[in-house]
Amino acid sequence: MRHTFVALVEDKPGVLNRVVSLFRRRTFNIESLTVGHTDHPGISRITIVVDSEQVAVERITPYLYKLINVLQVEDLTHVPMVNRDLAMVKVRATPDRRVAIMQLVDVFRARVVDVTNDSLIAEITGDEDKIDGFVDVLRPYGIIEMVRTGVVAMERGANTALAPAYTSQNNRSSYHGSTPDNGRYIQASAD
Amino acid sequence: MKRTGSQIVWECLVREGVDTIFGYPGGAILPVYDALPEFPIHHVLVRHEQGATHMADGYARAGDRVGVAMATSGPGATNMVTGIATAMMDSAPIVCITGQVASHLIGFDAFQETDVTGITLPITKHNYLVTDVHDISQAIREAFYIARSGRPGPVLVDIAKDAQQARIEWAYDDSPIRLPGYRPDMRPISKDMQRAVEMIAEAKRPLILAGNGVLISGSSEVLKQFAEKTQTPVALTLLGIGGFPGSHPLSLGMMGMHGEAWVNQTIQQADLLLAFGMRFDDRVTGKLAHYAPNAKKIHIEIDPSEISKNVPVDLALVGDLRETLEQLNSCIPAMRHEDWIADITEMKGESSVRDIQNLPDDGHLYAAHVIHDLWRYTHGDAIVVTDVGQNQMWTAQYYKQDHPRRFLSSGGLGTMGFALPAAIGAKFAHPELEVWAIAGDGGFQMTQAELATAAQEGIKVNVAIINNGYLGMVRQWQEFFYERRYTATPMTSPDFVKLADAHGLTGLRVTERSQVHPAIDRARDAEGTVVIDFRVEKEDSVYPMVPTGAPLHEMIRRPIPAQTISPIDDDI
Repeated sequence: MRHTFVALVEDKPGVLNRVVSLFRRRTFNIESLTVGHTDHPGISRITIVVDSEQVAVERITPYLYKLINVLQVEDLTHVPMVNRDLAMVKVRATPDRRVAIMQLVDVFRARVVDVTNDSLIAEITGDEDKIDGFVDVLRPYGIIEMVRTGVVAMERGANTALAPAYTSQNNRSSYHGSTPDNGRYIQASAD
Repeated sequence: MKRTGSQIVWECLVREGVDTIFGYPGGAILPVYDALPEFPIHHVLVRHEQGATHMADGYARAGDRVGVAMATSGPGATNMVTGIATAMMDSAPIVCITGQVASHLIGFDAFQETDVTGITLPITKHNYLVTDVHDISQAIREAFYIARSGRPGPVLVDIAKDAQQARIEWAYDDSPIRLPGYRPDMRPISKDMQRAVEMIAEAKRPLILAGNGVLISGSSEVLKQFAEKTQTPVALTLLGIGGFPGSHPLSLGMMGMHGEAWVNQTIQQADLLLAFGMRFDDRVTGKLAHYAPNAKKIHIEIDPSEISKNVPVDLALVGDLRETLEQLNSCIPAMRHEDWIADITEMKGESSVRDIQNLPDDGHLYAAHVIHDLWRYTHGDAIVVTDVGQNQMWTAQYYKQDHPRRFLSSGGLGTMGFALPAAIGAKFAHPELEVWAIAGDGGFQMTQAELATAAQEGIKVNVAIINNGYLGMVRQWQEFFYERRYTATPMTSPDFVKLADAHGLTGLRVTERSQVHPAIDRARDAEGTVVIDFRVEKEDSVYPMVPTGAPLHEMIRRPIPAQTISPIDDDI
């Protein structure tokens, strides 16, 4: 099963290296990792997908918290969430095949972002299954090149577990670990 | 005030209360060294940067304060790696300051450039690369804070040479440190505390497993109160030695691979394990599937990532051990466990016939005799710093340590060469205490160059070399598990007496039991460092031993000698 973690980290040199190094060091195999800015200057957001059959997922959160620059970690696997992957596929599209390909692009609600005499680039956003399906139907036409961003994820609804006010330094944190397998190791709020 | 980066480095160290550092200069750290004479800090010139980190480590462990090591870029920094990893595994608070090539050269493979923050990333609690003079003081302040708070550990600050040289208008900033992602101050919730009290009250065969966290958090006294109030016996990890008095009636001694048989049997029969500041290392648990099968487990630990890492626990109290124990002590009822303690005493009686007292007194010198006599004639009061291997296990078994922070050893990493430099560091932390480094002939030679440091500094650390002409622990494994094929373990050593002499120090050689006491007395009375070459039985082994991957109760036991042996007098 796939597990999706979201981590908020300080945007400082080497932080991504620290996160990735931790996964390597603890022999966790990453399926996908994306990183980007948030709406808060100085804070980046990392989405990590791992396969729980290969990784003791309950170890990931406490290990990530050992990194000084990691502000918050949430396991979104069991909450309702939206996850999205973006892909660009460069496919052979001679004029006689272009129409057929563009129909497929329409069916998948993808977009054509570049066309030449014998190729086009289609851009698609969606969950991983949708993108896999799109790639499969394009394959017979000849895929020249493909790139995927990896998964980003967000909890559905108005709530977020990822609190934007990082004031835990002033509040004493409590450990809610009486059932240590519940995946939520640390409650950042005051006791 | 106008200050150079180098002056800022020292000013920050002074503000952190540093008065002694261990280091080795070089090109990229030269500006910092050039500013040293302006500041009230004593610099100990080591002979190898590994020695500097072990000295800082020994200083930190014995002195309960942050140790500081300094080195130049490139090889100076890479030589520190072993010492940093040692400190990391044993949660020792040290700050390493390294010079880095000038910032415009970083990434261009400049002379003596190395990516030391990259190299030390997995073996530091945190590290910093500082290329701007304005960032130096914040990095150093944070480094000290991170090193000593929460679960302590090593922090490295790598400072580019141009940042050391730059001069800026500067004033010390003592505002509170803000690290929003760092939470060293967790505490258990009250519901879990109540649950712990219930579980302890229900237990019939409880056992405390006390680890390094007892020493780090200064919990020895509250642990004693807890153990006495609940009449719960205490087993110690290697690094927990001294956290609970070895001579206390409730003390069982060391557990694990070379723990005495009754200790491991007690663990296997317990119905409640109270793990205090320890991490269920594989050397402690044996085969996990058979570890303490009947016991519920309560884990009090400051590092959440240790909870259920190796052994699943029933209740975790994450927080400072001393605070948590103080709270427990205030609400826990007094208890008695007479049947349980009687059971343990019976197990102990069965095992203790195999104890040191039954080693043949045939004129040969056994390492256990040496350590036992060392304990006896130093009245159990010395700081003993072990190396790694048989000498380490024998010291753990036979030097009954009653005081916290006086048994120092590289436990997690198992770093040979630790003893001498760490002992030098410990002596700087506690000049008033007697310090002994106990090392094998192999480990001693790894860092013996630091004898010159001790000589130059004029400090006194006595060195007991347990010399059996082998890499003894490896030889023991070869004997037990590799059909006595002693590949690459026989070792020829220099004449250690002459070696001491070459350093202007005193060297002694002991080949018989009767010479041990006089030699120890001579070493204690001498003014400077004394090296004693104890020529012990060559093929002696550490017993008992739990083979790797075996359950804790399956031990290789000490063979009982055939002849009747007169017990030796155990009184001090």
